[in-house]
Amino acid sequence: MTDAAGATPRRAIPYDEDVVRLFVVATVFWGVAAFAVGLLIALQLAFPVLNLEYSFTTFGRLRPLHTSAAVFAFGGNALFATSLYVVQRTCRAPLFGGRALANFLFWGYQMFIVLAAIGYLVGATQSREYAEPEWYVDLWLTLVWVVYLIVFLGTLLRRREPHIYVANWFFLAFIVTVAVLHIVNNLAVPVSLTGTKSYSLFSGVQDALTQWWYGHNAVGFFLTAGFLGIMYYFIPKRADRPIYSYRLSVVHFWSLIFLYIWAGPHHLHFTALPDWAQTLGMAFSLMLWMPSWGGMINGLMTLSGAWHKLRTDPVLRFMVASVGFYGMSTFEGPVMSIRSVNALSHFTDWTIGHVHSGALGWVAFVSFGAIYHLVPKLWQRDELYSMKLVSVHFWIATVGIVLYVVAMWVSGILQGLMWRSYDELGFLQFSFVETVQAMHPFYVIRATGGALFLIGALIMVYNLWRTIRGDVRGEAPVSAFAAAAE
Amino acid sequence: MKHKRIETNAILLLVLTLATISIGGIVEIVPLYTIESTIERVEGVRPYSPLELAGRNVYVREGCYTCHSQQIRPLRDEVERYGHYSLAAESMYDHPFQWGSKRTGPDLARVGGKYSDEWHVAHLINPREVVPESIMPPYGFMLEREVKATDMAAHLKANIAVGVPYSGEMVEAAAADVAAQADPFGDHDGLLARYPKAAVGDFDGQPEKVTEMDAVIAYMQILGRMVDFTTVTAPALRQ
Amino acid sequence: MEAVAEFFRSFWVVWMTTLFLGIVAWAYWPKRKSKLQEHADIPFRDDE
Repeated sequence: MTDAAGATPRRAIPYDEDVVRLFVVATVFWGVAAFAVGLLIALQLAFPVLNLEYSFTTFGRLRPLHTSAAVFAFGGNALFATSLYVVQRTCRAPLFGGRALANFLFWGYQMFIVLAAIGYLVGATQSREYAEPEWYVDLWLTLVWVVYLIVFLGTLLRRREPHIYVANWFFLAFIVTVAVLHIVNNLAVPVSLTGTKSYSLFSGVQDALTQWWYGHNAVGFFLTAGFLGIMYYFIPKRADRPIYSYRLSVVHFWSLIFLYIWAGPHHLHFTALPDWAQTLGMAFSLMLWMPSWGGMINGLMTLSGAWHKLRTDPVLRFMVASVGFYGMSTFEGPVMSIRSVNALSHFTDWTIGHVHSGALGWVAFVSFGAIYHLVPKLWQRDELYSMKLVSVHFWIATVGIVLYVVAMWVSGILQGLMWRSYDELGFLQFSFVETVQAMHPFYVIRATGGALFLIGALIMVYNLWRTIRGDVRGEAPVSAFAAAAE
Repeated sequence: MKHKRIETNAILLLVLTLATISIGGIVEIVPLYTIESTIERVEGVRPYSPLELAGRNVYVREGCYTCHSQQIRPLRDEVERYGHYSLAAESMYDHPFQWGSKRTGPDLARVGGKYSDEWHVAHLINPREVVPESIMPPYGFMLEREVKATDMAAHLKANIAVGVPYSGEMVEAAAADVAAQADPFGDHDGLLARYPKAAVGDFDGQPEKVTEMDAVIAYMQILGRMVDFTTVTAPALRQ
Repeated sequence: MEAVAEFFRSFWVVWMTTLFLGIVAWAYWPKRKSKLQEHADIPFRDDE
C-alpha cells in the first residue's frame, strides 16, 4: 500500500515515540486501576459490608474515582497515545513543541489524574458527573489541555501531507470541544483560594442543563469522536485496507459533531427542565442514530473482502467487535432517549448497562486493539508475545461484557417495572427497599462480569510485558486455537 | 473548491468545528437564562440556612447524588411515592444542583419531615439496623466531625457571588445561626425570621457540639418543605 | 446572544437540512470520488 511517489523514508522523520510509549504504559496502568475500582464498587452494591467504616472507602467517594479513572485516566491516556501517534504518521511530521512540551503533556496529565483521585478520596468534589474535580484541578487541566491543542494543531500545521486525514478531524474536534465543555461546565467561585470548596456559577435547572450538555458531550466527544479517530486509523492499518468510504467519513464527521451537541437534554426528561428543551434533546438524539451507524458501517465495511483476517488476527477482532458494540450502544441510546422509554429506564441500572456496553465494548475494546497493534511497533518487536493470549483476553472480556450488560438490562427493567406496579387495590405494590432487594442477584452477576473483564486486562498486561521484554511464545497460529476452543 | 480549503487548512477546520458545536449550545442553553418562564413563580423557596448549607456540602462531598436523586418526575407512581413533582423553583438556589441520575436509593427531594432526627442518626450510623435490606454505606464518622461555624460566613459570601440573595445580616449572623439551629434551647426567633421553616434541635444527640451529622440532617429535614403546595395555584406552575 | 438564539431557533430545520444536504452533495459529487478516496491511503504512505 505504500505510495512510493509521495513517501518519505520513515527514518528521515524524527517521530516522537517516547511520549507515545509513556502514554501507552499509562493507559494500561490506569485501565487496570479503573477496572479494579469498578469491580470493588460493583461488589459494594452486592455486599454493602465492603464499604467498610472509613469515609474514603464508601461507594459515594469511590464511584467518581471509578468513572474518572475509566474515562479520563484510561480513556484519556489512550486518546493521548493514539492521537499523538496518528497525527505524526498521517502528517508525516514530528510532534510540534519537541520533547519539552511532550513531557509536560504526559506528566501534567498524570498529575491531573492524581490530583483528581486524591480529591475524590478526601471528598473534594463538585458533584458534577464526570466533572467532579474541584476548581484548582480544573484550572490545571485547562493548562494541560491548551498545551495539548498547541502540540496537536502545531503538528497539523507543519505536515508534509497536503490533506488532513479524517482521523485527525475527529481528534481535533475532540480536543476543541472538550476544552469548551470543560471551561463552561466548571465555572465556579471558590470559597477561598486556599480551600478546595467552590460553588458552581449556575444553579438549579440551568446548572442541570449545563452539566448534562457537558455530560452527554463528554460521551459524544471524549468517548466517541476521539475513539472514532482511533477507528479511522487503526482499523485500516490493521486490516491493511483503506477505509471503506472516505466520502462517508466526511459526512459522518460533520453530522456527528453537529447533532451530538444538542442531545444532552435527554438526560433530563420529565424533570423541571422546560418541555421544549426536552423535546429538542430527544429529536436530536434520534437523528444521531444515523451518523452513528454511518460510522459503524464505514468501520465494518473496511473489512469487506478481508473478513478471513478476523479468524487469524485477534487484535483485529478486538477492533471490529468494538465497532459492533459501538453500533449496539448507539442504537440503544436513541431508543432510551424516547420520553416514554426514558420514563422507565431513567434512574435505573439500564442506564448503567448502556454506559458499559459503550465503555467496555466500544471504548476499551478499540483501545485494546490499538494498544496490541502499537506495542510491538513502539518497542520494535516483530510481533506480540502471544496471539493466543490476545484471543483468550478477547473471549474472556466479551463474556464479561455480556454478563454485565444483560444483568443490567434485566435489573434495570425489573426495577423500573417494580417502581410503577400497582396492586389490585390501586396502591403501589412494592416499597422502595423491596426493589433494592430484588437487584441483589443481578449485582452479583454484574460483579462477575466485571471480574472477568479485569482478568482479561491482567492477561493483556502480562502479554504486553513479555512483548516489551522481547519474548515470543512459540505457538501454533491462532486459527487452530480458535477452532479448538469452539 | 471550498471544502478543499477546509480540509487542508487546520485553523479553518478548527473554527468550523467550533461554530458547528456552538449552535446547539446557544439555541438550547442560552434561552434558559433569558426566558422568564423557566422558573415557576411560587413562594417559599429561600436560601439554605448556614447549618443546612454545611449539611448540603457534606451531602455533596459524600457523593450522595451517586445513588439518590432529588427530582420527582410528574409520573403517577413517583408522585404517589415521593410527593408533588419537583419544580425548577425549588432548586433555584442550588449551586450545584443535586437532581442526580440514578436511584440506587430512593429520591430525597421531599424527604424533609418524613423521618425523625433519631431515625436519621441511626440510619446514617448503620443503615441496616433500621432497614435490613439496605445497601447504603455507613456514615458514623459524621458524628465525630465538627462543623466549622466560623467558616460559614465565607461560604455565604461565595454564594452571594454566584447570585444567591443572602443579606449582609445573614452573613454576619452565620456562625451564630449554626449554633442556634443545633441548639434545642437556643433563641430561634432571628434564625427562623431569616430562614423560615428551618428544622431546629439537637439533631445528633450530642448537645455539646455541632457535627456534620447535625448539619446533614438539618439539610435533609428542609428538603422539599419550602414550598407550601396547598397554596400553589396552577398558573404559578406554568413554565 | 438572545437575538442569535432566536434567529437559529426560528428556522433551524431548514438551516440544518440545507447544510447537511450541502455536505452530502459535496462529498458524493461524482467527480470528487477518486480524489477523496485517495485520501484514504494516507495511513499507508508513511511506513515500514
